Amino acid sequence: MQVASNIGSSLDFYLFVSIALFAIGAIGAMTRKNMIVLLMCIELMLNAVNLMLVTFSTFYGNGDAQIFVFFTMVVAAAEATVGLSIIIMAYRNLKSIDIDMYNQLKN
Amino acid sequence: MSLQIISIILGSLTLASALLVVFSKHPVRSVIYLVVTFFFITSMYIMMNAQFLAIVNMIVYAGAIMVLFLFVLMLLNLNKEAEPVTTKGSQLAAFIAGGSLFLVLITALKDTLTLGQTYRAHNDQIGLVKQLGNLLFTKYLVAFEITSILFIAAMVGAILLAKREKQIIE
Repeated sequence: MQVASNIGSSLDFYLFVSIALFAIGAIGAMTRKNMIVLLMCIELMLNAVNLMLVTFSTFYGNGDAQIFVFFTMVVAAAEATVGLSIIIMAYRNLKSIDIDMYNQLKN
Repeated sequence: MSLQIISIILGSLTLASALLVVFSKHPVRSVIYLVVTFFFITSMYIMMNAQFLAIVNMIVYAGAIMVLFLFVLMLLNLNKEAEPVTTKGSQLAAFIAGGSLFLVLITALKDTLTLGQTYRAHNDQIGLVKQLGNLLFTKYLVAFEITSILFIAAMVGAILLAKREKQIIE
């Protein structure tokens, strides 16, 4: 019954924090209408998932999940780059970052 | 026991700064609070002895991606009037939806949550650079190489998106 003494806290606390972070990010993605803040809330949700993966990886002693977190970070960097350039281009056309204005992206 | 108190403080600070990201009205403040959130998440990685990911998280997220966000916000030169407002009704609906998502996830992981008491660490060296480097360059080498192709695609895409607009102006 020895809880890992070098790991600070037990598994459930980190899981609770990551689930709460994911819920906060989801609430932000639903409430905010600013396009950039929306992208930031998606980053927050990605980080919540990363935290959960690292938690499980550490507590089960398996490194594969941490490699997966590394790849998630890589994909998040690429996604932020392309997403922000799309936002800049759409802002030049529409002069607004309101998400409701972006319902006519086809032209 | 003191480590447990430290991690509880770090976790509550993480959640508090994440709430500030969502609820601060000014986008630049949101970015700053997001950087603070990433710092706290990094400190939680350090608490779990995931040293490599802590450093990568600090450099890539808090360093590169957040500076990119801040740069775009400064470039667009938004003022407070440009900030779109949300109605109270949709805000309430989002709160109910997010709260039920939280409850569903907690319920789904309930059995895992009680597992934390009986856990015993097999190997606490798992998050070090040596272990992860071994894994990355043997088992996941192909995925690592494909990552570079993804980066080139993202870079070319971003440049094209920014450049096409310029040609239209000319």
